[in-house]
Amino acid sequence: MPWTKILIEKQVPGYDAHAGQDVRKLTFPEAIREGLDQALARDKNVFVMGQGVDDPLGMFGTTLDLDKKHGRDRVFDTPLSENALTGIAVGAALVGMRPVYLHNRPDFLLLAMDQIANHASKLSYMFGGNAKVPLVIMAVIGRGWGSAAQHSQALHGLFMHIPGLKLVMPSTAYDAKGLLISSIADNNPVIFIKYRWLFKHSGHVPEELYSIPLGKGIVRRQGKDVTIVGISYMVIEALRAAEKLQENGCDAEIIDPRTLKPLDEDIILNSVRKTGRLIIADTDWVTGGVASEIAAIVAEKGFKYLKAPIKRIGWPDVPTPSSYVLEQAFYPGVEDIINTAKEIVK
Amino acid sequence: MKTTGIDKHTLLNLYIIVSKIRKVQLRIEQLYHEDEMKTPVHLCIGQEAIAAGVCENLERDDYVFSNHRGHGHYIAKGGDLKAMVAELYCKETGCSRGRGGSMHLVDTSVGLLGSSSIVGGGIPLAVGAAMASALKNDKRVSVAFFGDAASEEGVLYESMNFAALKKLPVVFVCENNFYSVYSHQSARQANTDITTRPKAFNIPAYNVDGRDVIDAYKKSKEAICVARSGKGPAFIECRAYRWRGHAGPGDSLKAKYRKSDEWNEWMKCCPLKDFKKVLINETILTEEKINQINKDIDTEIDEAFDFAQKSPLPKKEELTKYLYS
Repeated sequence: MPWTKILIEKQVPGYDAHAGQDVRKLTFPEAIREGLDQALARDKNVFVMGQGVDDPLGMFGTTLDLDKKHGRDRVFDTPLSENALTGIAVGAALVGMRPVYLHNRPDFLLLAMDQIANHASKLSYMFGGNAKVPLVIMAVIGRGWGSAAQHSQALHGLFMHIPGLKLVMPSTAYDAKGLLISSIADNNPVIFIKYRWLFKHSGHVPEELYSIPLGKGIVRRQGKDVTIVGISYMVIEALRAAEKLQENGCDAEIIDPRTLKPLDEDIILNSVRKTGRLIIADTDWVTGGVASEIAAIVAEKGFKYLKAPIKRIGWPDVPTPSSYVLEQAFYPGVEDIINTAKEIVK
Repeated sequence: MKTTGIDKHTLLNLYIIVSKIRKVQLRIEQLYHEDEMKTPVHLCIGQEAIAAGVCENLERDDYVFSNHRGHGHYIAKGGDLKAMVAELYCKETGCSRGRGGSMHLVDTSVGLLGSSSIVGGGIPLAVGAAMASALKNDKRVSVAFFGDAASEEGVLYESMNFAALKKLPVVFVCENNFYSVYSHQSARQANTDITTRPKAFNIPAYNVDGRDVIDAYKKSKEAICVARSGKGPAFIECRAYRWRGHAGPGDSLKAKYRKSDEWNEWMKCCPLKDFKKVLINETILTEEKINQINKDIDTEIDEAFDFAQKSPLPKKEELTKYLYS
């Protein structure tokens, strides 16, 4: 898709925790590719499938030339049959394989919801532990350039709702590789959602194989006045907002949950205990979504710490529009986080 | 029904399986009113020959994926009867430890990898297991059992396309009993010849009289041979009649949705009695031997129900166990 190239050039480079340091750096897609490459080399049961995994651009670079290196039996293009192909990946997982199924957009996962929600997520429980489904399903949230209603959805709120799934949303290249390895090694179905605007981000990524445990969040920035939980790309926006807030004397703590299911509730509650204020900035609809779930958890378990109402920042209750003017109105960003923080930190 | 070319041992096995499936179903039906089997049961009385005929051609480590009407598949693949009945009784000793019920039978020790109650849901799972077999080159065959209504689901066509594209060792077995709950096939399908559809993917398709275990055995042998030899998938449509309602015992509304001439025509044949007649006529089995077989099956069923009834229920504190592996 030619527009993706244009979009990449326009986007602001991502946040770099190792700016100016002499460490090995990879971009987000390079980190994913390295993780897949090393997983394929390590375990013959791993295979990679998806529409375009062997294309000349290697799905934005995430699978580039892996078919040449590991063979077309283990890295293969798929028909556009998302539901059956998900079931096929599940069936292979049931007999000991570890499939990784890549999609360009979460929107397309709606075509596979029967196999994701009725099958992959339920087989372990419904067969009393007599089935396991080690499967990773990846998709990339699109944004901008008029991608509109059916190429910009995030949908992690839907996946968080379903028991039996795990849900991963990395915000850095380092996490992308480490969480991918954990996801492939996990014996359960994992939905692994990336964000297109993070693909320009580069950061320190060790060459060796390493894993980041699922269910462990990270404090991206220490602060004492307000806790901002950022989901995926909104971590970057929150970090930018925090720099500006600091200029106004407001000290924000940024939490990146990294995995939404299981969710590291403790890291969020411990932060709110310290700051007394909570903003959740998500890349999805607010209504019935992840931001609402986290707000509910803190309201139930951390009400006594709160000095101000919990604030949710996310998408309004409409489909993603196409016109760039409406896109600007649709997507919240740095300014929304700053204004919300100012509203509750007085 | 012609038994030529089939050895006596196989015929005996086929008879045992058909009889066992029938007898287990009848026992479930007989005891269901006690309300101790608190799970919907989809009886396969009238369709026993299909599961028996197909599974007789499978090895223990071949894979089978079943559906909501799966008791026969489970028994024919050699699943543990005690664990199946205990599952119907919602017990911890059930094959799915009381988490699945009648529609989610599983016995991985004999390759019965699960049963889905989403119509067509198990089809791609079988294709996926077949893909794993192809990658590992382990010569196993996967079988997906599904009903006529699953041939209305898009996932069947997606699955057939991929299986044919990759030449996967999978056999699609469509059990056409003509009814989806109360809806007749003719009210649902523009072309009721289901075998025309696999042909669009160049998948060889076989028509089987699903009441005739010999026909089911012979044609599935051919289909399984195609799959195992690496030539790709095969498809079998087996026509048989659902002698009971969609779920539960009996068929109290029979007169309201079935045509009497259709009913009378299909009820002329019985997969069990007709087979027995042939075996006796051809002096393969004697009445005496058959009585002994039936007595043994009854004992096995008695023991299974006794085991199930006496087994412990799951513990409430283990509600969330098995959510993750």
